[in-house]
Amino acid sequence: MVKVYVPIDSTALSLGAERTAKKMMQEAQARGVDVTLIRNGSRGLFWLEPLVEVETAQGRIAFGPVQPKDVAGLFDAIFTDALSDTAKAHPLYLGLTDELAWLKQQQRLTFARVGIIDPISLEDYLAHDGYKGLNNALGLSGADIVKAVTDSGLRGRGGAAFPTGIKWNTVLNAPSEQKYVVCNADEGDSGTYSDRMVMEDDPFMLIEGMTIAGIAVGASQGYIYLRSEYPHALKTLNEAIRKANVAGYLGDDILGSGHTFHLEVRRAAGAYVCGEETSLLESLEGKRGLVRFKPPLPAIEGLFGKPTIVNNVISLATIPIILDKGAQYYADYGMGRSRGTLPIQLAGNLKQTGLVELAFGATLRELLYDYGGGSASGRPIRAVQVGGPLGAYLPESQFDTPLDYEEFTKIWAVLGHGGIVAFDDNVDMAKMARYAFEFCAVESCGKCTPCRIGSTRGVEVMDKIVLGKNHPNNVQLLRDLSDTMLNGSLCALGGMTPYPVLSALNHFPEDFGLSNKEAAA
Amino acid sequence: MDNTLSHEQHAQIQAHIQAHQHVPGGLMPLLHAIQDDIGYVPEAVYPEIAKALALSVAEVHGVVSFYHHFRTHPIGKHVLQVCRAESCQAMGSEKLEAALKATLGVDYHQTTTDGNVTLLPVYCLGNCGCSPAVMLDDEVYGRMSAEKVTDLIAEVCHG
Repeated sequence: MVKVYVPIDSTALSLGAERTAKKMMQEAQARGVDVTLIRNGSRGLFWLEPLVEVETAQGRIAFGPVQPKDVAGLFDAIFTDALSDTAKAHPLYLGLTDELAWLKQQQRLTFARVGIIDPISLEDYLAHDGYKGLNNALGLSGADIVKAVTDSGLRGRGGAAFPTGIKWNTVLNAPSEQKYVVCNADEGDSGTYSDRMVMEDDPFMLIEGMTIAGIAVGASQGYIYLRSEYPHALKTLNEAIRKANVAGYLGDDILGSGHTFHLEVRRAAGAYVCGEETSLLESLEGKRGLVRFKPPLPAIEGLFGKPTIVNNVISLATIPIILDKGAQYYADYGMGRSRGTLPIQLAGNLKQTGLVELAFGATLRELLYDYGGGSASGRPIRAVQVGGPLGAYLPESQFDTPLDYEEFTKIWAVLGHGGIVAFDDNVDMAKMARYAFEFCAVESCGKCTPCRIGSTRGVEVMDKIVLGKNHPNNVQLLRDLSDTMLNGSLCALGGMTPYPVLSALNHFPEDFGLSNKEAAA
Repeated sequence: MDNTLSHEQHAQIQAHIQAHQHVPGGLMPLLHAIQDDIGYVPEAVYPEIAKALALSVAEVHGVVSFYHHFRTHPIGKHVLQVCRAESCQAMGSEKLEAALKATLGVDYHQTTTDGNVTLLPVYCLGNCGCSPAVMLDDEVYGRMSAEKVTDLIAEVCHG
């Protein structure tokens, strides 16, 4: 019997993994070979997807990228032994998966199981340290669980990087019969796919994290507010939740502990602003996703007016390992006040895109060149947007900035969700600045004037600048408008749109038809 | 009830309304359920939804119109969503968009004359590692070119 792995992650599927898997089974049948096919998640080396792995006595051997046409040859090579010289001579042979440099140099804590296990096998999850965190949590008081999260130094992966433990503590101390845990799985930032990977490739980790959160603060109901653009994640999450319920990891009296936690997935509907926590709550209540004024904080008056934890996927998915290995274990990774690891997503114009989890502190340059291998087009990398559509564009001179919340703040940039989008020198930064306003205009909830009106006026001003109309005045107008949006918007959508706009203007003035001197004026 | 809806569709909508009327925040899942079955949310059923969920018709209209995902009119047999977000732009999605519009003979939010394909923009499919990306119905496709998408459409639409 040969055990073979072919990923079922969306990105692998987008490159033909389904056809490869089918062909593998057809080939096995035709040859009368006993093959067990496991559909794992993606290891995150996207340029090698579909990445097929074959289990051997020494570990899993990787081949990739494997297209259907390669399958027959692959069977010839591994027919006797995936460790044989014939196998090693195969053009797609990559060696032991765990020894691949890309993986070996990473510090995978949250993504430790991703790509390794069958995502919807509870047995597989348990065999790989799954539910150890929950087991520990069941022996602790709510306050002790919250203390562990606080001590770990975990911070929200959205724009604000707010300490997760402090948020939980507020909910813990808010007296209420009913509390909620809400997972924000509607982060629609370009360059961001770590959430999707968690949900498709290791869904029990998120379920376990949310269950621990519920037990910690006394919330009996949880919701995952999931992007409608992720149909595969929806299927996987629902199947995993069903299994967790059957096995007693969700529902009434979890594992006989007396704790109750119910979990449900709710589909979002393609509104970017619903990634903002108060809009998200409005949407979950069945309303238009209009941003709410704060205070009151959602931790005090959240979903249906009750105390609510709202955390991102990665924050909640990180909880199990903190409760399993301890707060100190997690906090020992990282630099400064940025503790633990960050799942970084390499995207855009790079040779080697994919998921890299590292302790905070690595530099953009290391990621773009050592991991990313430089641009896909072979042209110089000119600009990099970090942290999604509301993140600043960074020029080459800032590539040595370490990935750390405070270091990014110093250069007027944000780390956000750790999405990194690279552009080569064909990019027109004035066009990207215009796009930022256009995106804000399309996605604005309309509640506050700076965002609603400012974004549309921003598009107009950018058009005038591109046409060279009344240049100095329009650039000044652009700055004034950005200032109003920055300081006057109700939430990050309007409040951060000036990041991509002004960073593009400041770092790439030539694209706006300005000399460096004019831009500085 | 809208007489463009069949009896079967009418019955499906009624069943969904009944199933969701007591669910906390049930309007969004209800709208999804209707659109999943019928392909859109018919404006003619707003009053019934409103009554069952104790809302005004204006509130139902407000929610349907707020979200990009919901639509109020029938669409093509297949939906092609083209990602317009930054990562895809960095890999040439603008050219892809232009070529697709020309090939299909439609702009965004329009359906081809044979009724096969509705073209929609989307802002991130979470496939940024393999840009540019498109989604045809529920499947994502990465590293797309205009040629590849055209082949894909032909394959899906004409078997």
